Amino acid sequence: MRRVSLLASVAAAGLLLSACGGGSSVEEANPTEATGSVGVFTWWADGSEKVGLDALVDIFDEQYPDLTFDNLAVAGGAGSQAKSVLAANLKSGNPPDSFQAHAGAELQDYINADQLEDLSSFYEEAQLNEAFPQDLLDRLTVDGKIYSVPSNIHRANVVWANVEVLEEAGLDPNSPPADLDAWFADMDKIKESGTTPLAVAGTWTQVQLFENILLATLGAEAYSGLWDGTTDWRSPEVTKAIENYKKALSYTNSDRDTLSDWGPATQLVEDGAAAYNVMGDWAEAKFAQDGLKPGTDYVYFPTPGTDGVFDFLADSFTLPKGAPNPAGSKAWLTTISSVEGQQAFNAAKGSIPARTDVPSDEFGEYQQSAIEDFSSDTIVSSLAHGAAVPVAWLNELSTAVSKFGGPQDVAALQESAASIAEKFAQ
Amino acid sequence: MFAKIRTWGPALALISPTIILLGIFVYGLIAQNVQISMTNQHTSLPRADFVGLDNYFRLFGDADFQHSLRNLLLLTVVFLAGTLIFGFLWAWILERPSFGEGFFRSVYLFPMAVSFIASGVVWRWLLSSLQTDQPGGERTTGLNRLLESIGLGFLQNSWWSDPNWGVAAIAVPAIWQLSGYVMALFLAGFRGIPDELREAARIDGCSEWKLYRHVIFPQLSPVMLSAVIIIGHMSLKLFDLIRAIVPDANTYDIQVPATMMWVKYIGSDYADSAAIGTIMLILVALVVVPYLVYTSRQEKR
Repeated sequence: MRRVSLLASVAAAGLLLSACGGGSSVEEANPTEATGSVGVFTWWADGSEKVGLDALVDIFDEQYPDLTFDNLAVAGGAGSQAKSVLAANLKSGNPPDSFQAHAGAELQDYINADQLEDLSSFYEEAQLNEAFPQDLLDRLTVDGKIYSVPSNIHRANVVWANVEVLEEAGLDPNSPPADLDAWFADMDKIKESGTTPLAVAGTWTQVQLFENILLATLGAEAYSGLWDGTTDWRSPEVTKAIENYKKALSYTNSDRDTLSDWGPATQLVEDGAAAYNVMGDWAEAKFAQDGLKPGTDYVYFPTPGTDGVFDFLADSFTLPKGAPNPAGSKAWLTTISSVEGQQAFNAAKGSIPARTDVPSDEFGEYQQSAIEDFSSDTIVSSLAHGAAVPVAWLNELSTAVSKFGGPQDVAALQESAASIAEKFAQ
Repeated sequence: MFAKIRTWGPALALISPTIILLGIFVYGLIAQNVQISMTNQHTSLPRADFVGLDNYFRLFGDADFQHSLRNLLLLTVVFLAGTLIFGFLWAWILERPSFGEGFFRSVYLFPMAVSFIASGVVWRWLLSSLQTDQPGGERTTGLNRLLESIGLGFLQNSWWSDPNWGVAAIAVPAIWQLSGYVMALFLAGFRGIPDELREAARIDGCSEWKLYRHVIFPQLSPVMLSAVIIIGHMSLKLFDLIRAIVPDANTYDIQVPATMMWVKYIGSDYADSAAIGTIMLILVALVVVPYLVYTSRQEKR
């Protein structure tokens, strides 16, 4: 016990010392004169995400040979582990030079807690206001200020399907169903042919499926209204949406809670054990890495009923208040917002660049179609990935969705979703 | 006066760092936890107003928290009953002079050497909920596949994914892990009963059953009490095993106060998280404190 206490006191003393660091004015920090190391905090610890980060670091080393990159990645739990470590570090006054956060409502928590530097002047210097699409800038701007730099764009409303399974059930893989009812009819046929129609995994992937069904049933405008209070959670349309979700769940694998993450659910589609999987476009990187060919082995299409809508989330990087090396942070932000940085990172991660001026011919077939859709579609914010609502709201709604998986009580889910919305919406 | 300091001084100087550090890092932090649990810090905002016991009242009225308490009770009952039954049974078998006692003692005790996290990873696979007669049944793994292959297919079930009784399945690996420990406790108890007592009872014409009923069991009751306390408080703080078996912390079916505290914490609901932590501390105290009082009275006697 004594030894543990001693260790703890040494650690505490270390925290106090490091909290006294920090220094020069952020406005004056000049990335071209930066030296030392830059600590960047992410949850990109393996898979396509790690490959993407490595590609980005290569560009960084090239652009800033005087700086060393310090990888502070924390693995696990789709970022939830990393976020709690980060929250503790920020609270104790020990921020990294830059950290990853989903653009949108998730960022709002850090802004409210006064933990982020305003990057508006950085946007002007680096001329990012012209490089990023206006829709994205609107979602990043809070009270006229911008606090983060997006590295990529993901789409959360994509269905990935196994061609062989669809053909066995007598369906044409090249003509995806137009709306939810047509999709359910297709899934009935797949069920008859003896395969699980829809693969889904643990709680957060169920929340993403729920979000897709809400979007498909309500349409883009009413879906966005759920998060700003203009759509009534108690309306009959929402009841209809939850009933659709219940129907969708009836087509899923019964061991969904046992699957550890999105990977195993997507694997079921790869193996032909399930026909469809609703997943973000990071699944594309998994299909590519496992050597499957788009068109012949698998097909993808927007979730039926959401054609023309881009359910968006973006990873972005910040400059925390009290960062030990603000000039280095700006150098990192410059790299991730540069054309070369966005190209290298996104080619590896399966996402698409946030900049509109990155040449698209270097990207794969899926990414090219996504780049096209992002420029023309209506954009809505993803619920499951922190773009639509703050973490606390998402967390409580996730509990309600997880609870629904057992008794499947439509009225109960609607009532708890409504009261959660009342609690958090201003 | 000086003499007193000479007797007490060195000892006090030696233990004072421990006392100070314990005061800060254990009791000080408990106090801070209680203080946070009485504020309205439900988001990551630094704002915090004192709200008294509101969080506690709301939590006890909250259906989700009641669900987690019910799960905890179910888990504790199954865990306790399982370890006591198996632990006693094994100790009773090994207690008679039999072949290979040392070997079986190691076999039964061995699971305790494995951490909950490590065994949880294996049990996640063993407790897979997919059954062979469901769609996709060819992917069935673990216990359900085993039961099917030995002709006990009707025993397959969804294990911890069952919305009402699922949490009892979490007790299965916990029982596997700690029955050996309870066995060791009981075995020590059996060995502590002198042979003369048994001989005397047998000479008086006592049957085997009566010997156990009136001579041996009464002497095992202190062992039984220790086992109940140790297993009971382990069940209250069981978190690592659940996190290792259940991939998503926010899975409603298996929510117990310990996992709910974590979910609230990662959702930046610090006040609720601290309140649940305090409630758990009180629950553990309710189990442990009467035991401490009881043993200290026993020792004085």
